Amino acid sequence: MIKNAEWLVVGHSKDFPIRIGRTIHIKGVEIAVFRTSENELYAVENINPHPKRGPLTEAIVSGHYIYDPLYDWKIDLQTGIVQEPDHGQVKTFAVCEEGEEVKISLETV
Amino acid sequence: MINSKKKLVVIGNGMAGINTVEQILKLTDKYEITVLGSEPHPNYNRIMLSYVLEGSKTIDDIILNDLQWYADQGITLYTGKMVKSIDGENKKILTEDGLEIDYDVALVATGSQSFILPIPGKELPGVIGFRDIADCSAMLEAAKTYKKAAVIGGGLLGLEAAKGLVNLGMDVTVVHLMEDLMERQLDREASAMLKAELERQGIKFAMQMQTSEVYGQDRVQGLRFSDGSELEADLVVMAVGIKPNIQVAVQSGMETNRGIVVDDLMRTSVPDVYAVGECVEHRGICYGLVAPLFEQGSVIAKHLAGAETEGYMGSVVSTKLKISGVDVFSAGEFITQPEHTVIVAKDEWKRTYKKVLLRENKIVGTVLFGDVSESASLQKYVRQQTLMTDEIYGQLMGTGCSNHGSKTSSAETMADDEIVCGCNGVTKKAIVDAINDNGLTTVDEIKACTGATRSCGGCKPVVEQILQYVLGDSFKTSAKQGICSCTTLSRDEIVEAIKTKGLTTTREVMNVLGWHNDEGCSKCRPALNYYLGMINPDTYENEGDSRFVNERLHANIQKDGTFTVVPRMYGGVTTPEDLKKIADVSLKYNVKVVKVTGGQRLDLIGVRKEDLPKVWEELDMPSGYAYAKSLRTVKTCVGSQFCRFGTQDSMGMGEVLERKFERLDFPAKFKLAVNGCPRNCAESCTKDIGIVGNDGGWEIFIGGNGGIKARLADSLCKVKTDAELIDIVGSVMQLYRETGQYLERTSEWVERIGLEEIQKAVVQDTANRQALVERIEFALQQVEDPWKKIINDEDSRKNLFEVVTPSIV
Ligand SMILES: Cc1cc2nc3c(=O)[nH]c(=O)nc-3n(C[C@H](O)[C@H](O)[C@H](O)COP(=O)(O)OP(=O)(O)OC[C@H]3O[C@@H](n4cnc5c(N)ncnc54)[C@H](O)[C@@H]3O)c2cc1C
Ligand code: SF4
Ligand code: FES
Repeated sequence: MIKNAEWLVVGHSKDFPIRIGRTIHIKGVEIAVFRTSENELYAVENINPHPKRGPLTEAIVSGHYIYDPLYDWKIDLQTGIVQEPDHGQVKTFAVCEEGEEVKISLETV
Repeated sequence: MINSKKKLVVIGNGMAGINTVEQILKLTDKYEITVLGSEPHPNYNRIMLSYVLEGSKTIDDIILNDLQWYADQGITLYTGKMVKSIDGENKKILTEDGLEIDYDVALVATGSQSFILPIPGKELPGVIGFRDIADCSAMLEAAKTYKKAAVIGGGLLGLEAAKGLVNLGMDVTVVHLMEDLMERQLDREASAMLKAELERQGIKFAMQMQTSEVYGQDRVQGLRFSDGSELEADLVVMAVGIKPNIQVAVQSGMETNRGIVVDDLMRTSVPDVYAVGECVEHRGICYGLVAPLFEQGSVIAKHLAGAETEGYMGSVVSTKLKISGVDVFSAGEFITQPEHTVIVAKDEWKRTYKKVLLRENKIVGTVLFGDVSESASLQKYVRQQTLMTDEIYGQLMGTGCSNHGSKTSSAETMADDEIVCGCNGVTKKAIVDAINDNGLTTVDEIKACTGATRSCGGCKPVVEQILQYVLGDSFKTSAKQGICSCTTLSRDEIVEAIKTKGLTTTREVMNVLGWHNDEGCSKCRPALNYYLGMINPDTYENEGDSRFVNERLHANIQKDGTFTVVPRMYGGVTTPEDLKKIADVSLKYNVKVVKVTGGQRLDLIGVRKEDLPKVWEELDMPSGYAYAKSLRTVKTCVGSQFCRFGTQDSMGMGEVLERKFERLDFPAKFKLAVNGCPRNCAESCTKDIGIVGNDGGWEIFIGGNGGIKARLADSLCKVKTDAELIDIVGSVMQLYRETGQYLERTSEWVERIGLEEIQKAVVQDTANRQALVERIEFALQQVEDPWKKIINDEDSRKNLFEVVTPSIV
């Protein structure tokens, strides 16, 4: 976790169901948040790293990977790295859950 | 400690220079390497500029070695640095801006430049070559403001540029001096077929035209030809050839001809200076393709590492055009000469052409168009000047039984260091090692691991053959792939296991059947969700998170992230009241475009995700399932209600069928059409089920498709009554639901199962038909309108559609 980071409360735990992405607008950044079956939260910028762009929120979630909704690229939520044979990386953000509050730091990880 | 490493300086940061460096690094660490390149970029894959132009890749995608790589290898890199000359006497490299760099060994890899025709107006803005990132960016930029482009040169490069510009929305004319396109790789026949195909793709041609002038005021406005005619153009791309870049060599007093003259060890006339790539002339030949320069690089690398090498012997080049939907291949000699024995097969219907040239019964050249599946073997035969035999003939020309063994053996006899993938410089050995060390079983895995097949794809057949050869007998078993990379089980095995083991969720299926990947992937999860629902329609709980977004949100996602809403219009019929409502809602929610679809509905394009529930609620019409793997529409003609030819009520029957079978899941999307008479105005011949009215009843067609793989429907049977029609339609649907593979369209399904089998199951065997009808009726009892459900369900409305608004910001 990033120390000294500015943590912003973005919602209640129950706003983030398992394996369904949610979009958040925060300080001009659009973020897609995913909760995995293991109950881990991940936040990535909601911009598809594919050259044709598009959103990520509607991806299919499998473990800590997502399959993007438009081009079916496989992206690692932990690092934002697009898996072979495709290439690219999406920005990831730190996200944590304190009590029932979900918080995000806009400093990139 | 004194640095004992020798200084190697590479001039030119392109494909040949860096590939040679990579090969050297693999063999030895005795060089301290410096690279100077005049472009501002790190090393990139020039071949793929065609894809950047076409839009399927970005510049970032084609970087081969990023700056970190140079740092990691301890290479000193100067970008944007132009070398002036080499001082062979004092062993120094001199740059234009006055830098002097010492070397022990130097490598010239300066490539080539676009050849620009020496005609008036050539320096006008808007006239460019097609060589580097700067040219490519200039074209992308020009396409935004200008409409008309002319490409001079109908060779490989010119055609790829033209296709890219067409994709960018420009009106493109290729101007070619010769009678035939790609005349340096293709013969007249293949060339004519190529031209016809490209015209179909929207490229125009001005053949046998000699450009005498480029005209324009502040920018190019057009071309003038030697016969006095003109062609308007606000962008002109010259792709008439390349000119080896030999300035540095000339300035340094090196022996040059068309290119820098080298011997078999790639040495120039200056001691300790080597040259590689397009700037080189070896035994009188300058090569303009990647594969030869990798072979040259490997000779230099071995030589500099002190390893044995017999030297560079020249290359047999082969060509592949990188334009989608156009398969062209040529290798070796291709223009028929009197001394050749020629084998030709031309098929005007399938639009394929195959020519093999023999000299003294040895295979010396080939041209393939339309079907390039034999390119790998032919390339091999040409390179080795193999003697033609009955077996090879049979394999190539498809007479007798094509011999599996002979194909494999070509991979077997290939030398270890032979380059299989020219684009990415991957040798046979690298592929074989990757297969053995990592237990790879598919071409995709080899691609991920070695990079082979990543670029133009021309090497894929050879990679497959190597895979087959290395895996031997296990190839068959491993090639019998599962439904995705998470499992080795086939669709039938999975469906069987779900039934016999009574599995009830995707998770359970994956656990019990030993998936490699705990939660599956985007291929198997939707498939399992479908199979489970098909097998247990009443008890299975649909998993939204295992569905593709379109089916999860019941609207079609567009590339900008907005959605398309498609209200149902049963049988393509609507009412003025409904149209009014659609118009009102479209206005209220700022719909971007209202489009009439091919399936007789209205697309409301550009709805924001957050607005979807409200849009549906206010429309108060069922969802059109325009996005789902289920019954999409039933297209109808006017039929007997109004048409003077109609003998059956096609609109009425269309509506009945659509209402009856809507919402049910299928393995893939499913479309119907109903015609009132055999004039076929609703195009039933390209639908999954097409129904054609006739005087005494209906004729039913199945397995048609107008999409990716067009197929005309087969006649299944004729029926007399409406009731019979509905039963047969239902039973065909259920049979497809039960036996179809997920994502398999009926056009493929009919071919796999066989029309006769289907006729037996639903026409002849009436008891079986009845059983199928009962099962589909049962499944139909479970379906409900997804929008009614979502509108009434606060949670899914919120979780699926709303954007989270942070409480404090
Ligand atoms: C659009 C396009 C599509 C192509 N498609 C294919 C294909 O499908 N298959 C195929 O096999 N080949 C293809 N080619 C050809 C292939 O790209 C070339 O054969 C290959 O890039 C040649 O490599 P090279 O290193 O010799 O030259 P280059 O890759 O051109 O590299 C030379 C480098 O040297 C630099 N340089 C030149 N002079 C100096 C100097 N004085 N000082 C410092 N640096 C200097 C240049 O800036 C350049 O970066 C294509 C080429 C293009 C342009
Ligand atoms: S198919 Fe026959 S009935 Fe239908 S509109 Fe055409 S002509 Fe009329
Ligand atoms: S030869 Fe082009 S991708 Fe392998």
